[in-house]
Amino acid sequence: MAKILEIENLQTQFFTSAGTVRAVDGITYTVNRGETVAIVGESGCGKSVSALSILRLIPDPPGRVVGGSIRFMGMDILALSDAEIRKVRGRRIAMVFQEPMTSLNPVLTIGRQLTETLEHHLGMAREAANARAAELLGMVGISDPERRLTQYPHHLSGGMRQRVMIAMALSCEPELIIADEPTTALDVTIQAQILELMRDLTKRLGVALIIITHNLGVVARYADRVNVMYAGKIIEQGSALQIYHQPSHPYTLGLLKSVPRLDQPRKEKLDPIQGQPPDLTRLGAGCAFRPRCRYAVERCANEIPALEPVSEGHTSACWQKDSLDQPLRDAS
Amino acid sequence: MTVSDVRIDPDAERAVERTPRPAALLGLIARYPLGAAGAFVVLVMIFAAVFAEAIAPYDPEDNAFEYMFTPPGAQFWLGTDDFGRDILSRIIHGARTALFVGFVAAVIGATGGLVLGVASAYFGGWFDLIIQRVMDVFMAFPLIILALAVVAVLGPGIDKVIIAITIPFIPQCARVVRSSALAIREMPYVDAARACGFSHARIILRHMVPNVMAPYLIMITAFVGQAILLEAVLAFLGLGVQEPTAAWGLMLKSGAEEYAESAPWIPIFPGLAISLAVFGFNLFGDALRDALDPKLRAQ
Repeated sequence: MAKILEIENLQTQFFTSAGTVRAVDGITYTVNRGETVAIVGESGCGKSVSALSILRLIPDPPGRVVGGSIRFMGMDILALSDAEIRKVRGRRIAMVFQEPMTSLNPVLTIGRQLTETLEHHLGMAREAANARAAELLGMVGISDPERRLTQYPHHLSGGMRQRVMIAMALSCEPELIIADEPTTALDVTIQAQILELMRDLTKRLGVALIIITHNLGVVARYADRVNVMYAGKIIEQGSALQIYHQPSHPYTLGLLKSVPRLDQPRKEKLDPIQGQPPDLTRLGAGCAFRPRCRYAVERCANEIPALEPVSEGHTSACWQKDSLDQPLRDAS
Repeated sequence: MTVSDVRIDPDAERAVERTPRPAALLGLIARYPLGAAGAFVVLVMIFAAVFAEAIAPYDPEDNAFEYMFTPPGAQFWLGTDDFGRDILSRIIHGARTALFVGFVAAVIGATGGLVLGVASAYFGGWFDLIIQRVMDVFMAFPLIILALAVVAVLGPGIDKVIIAITIPFIPQCARVVRSSALAIREMPYVDAARACGFSHARIILRHMVPNVMAPYLIMITAFVGQAILLEAVLAFLGLGVQEPTAAWGLMLKSGAEEYAESAPWIPIFPGLAISLAVFGFNLFGDALRDALDPKLRAQ
């Protein structure tokens, strides 16, 4: 499969008065054409920053990509000029944001916001852009699209707005869409609809999708491959199936155990991960997860484990990866 | 039958969504009686300025020495001045000067401040710091002193008066707009616009400026009142428009200097016109601020 995005050893840091925050600390992954890749992790683990880095949207100052490379369709994203990166944004890599309630400009009509991208990137005339905008709204399942075009964002519900955001992202037929927690602000029933919609459309149009989420349910159903992030690093990589059935990092294991499941006895207590994520301004010498890890050994305090293969296409960054008990597998 | 055949008549729907206009207007008047009074004064002024030739009973610059110092009466409603010119006609024509200077200065000043303020908030960092410190320098001077200094440098004349009044307005509006734009800048739709690949200029003008229209419009109405007052002050000090142009400050000056006691109607009526105009614009501006601010409206 053709790789469209290759991220290698990406490092993004924020220089604040409290110290240097190593928000993304050397992550490497690839995205193939038409593939859905999930990035999972707690709040503040660097998953949004890693996504924003791809479009060079990190506010500078205080943030900066300090190392690594991002190659998209053979282009070195980090070396592009401002004018060149603007031609990539929205045109070839589109983004869907977390909050549909505020991601649309309240003073512009839906139609205007959709046609603006089309006119800007594809040079469409107003008439053609309007027709295309209506077609896009129809495609994301919004009824009576012609009328919706003349409406303002406050006329629409959260789910509808997220559909509009998806239509905007799809409008220029990009090769890659980055969705930053696209369903976090929505009702559960709407979440499923939006995710189904994104999966159907990306599969049908052959668009690759990076979906950033902290919801493992999303990962299981919709992602082809999964990157689990902790404290700015990818600590486990693999297919959704592998991550689910053979979690090989204590953190992944902990994440899976802290999700309430309907198919488990109701009296059973949840088993949360104890403690707090580490302060990214002072990471010690060893594994960042060590203070919260129940499998930690002496080696973990001194040496940072690298991603090493567990099985075909499945890697984990843990010294103890081969001696973890597998309670999920045992239970089933 | 396809979906597009089942169309709701858009006009019919809009009529349902919105209150009919006359009723909405009455509602506004009931809610903001002072604002309505201010709006009335503003409208009367605009009407007088636009149709000055048709309304004014006499030519405002026509000297009629046989009628000098006529007190208010049936022939000259507000009396005549020391050149026998009809004061009512001069006030009506003076409204044109006042409004012209007021609107042009207010719109240019507020617009300049709008662009600077939004750009300052959007770019932040050094750009913001430098712009804001320059604005601080301008704001350190009282309005009138700054205007006087500019006129003293440029010389008298209506165009120079407009420039002199515009310059102190720019930093005032820039400061207010910047504070609103700082909040807008953090909104996800601005990030979304950047993620769509739009240029800085486009994001500022198309995506941020429309969101700070409320403070901008309020600043304009406040500025028009201030500009009218400033224009009158400059004329009164002999630095603004020159005789024989009909201007309220000028009329007040010639009247107040010599005839305050012997012919008090000469200074009183232009003075009243100035006060009423500024009062009207301020009332209107206050009501506009209340009406455009959802937080105040809720109370």
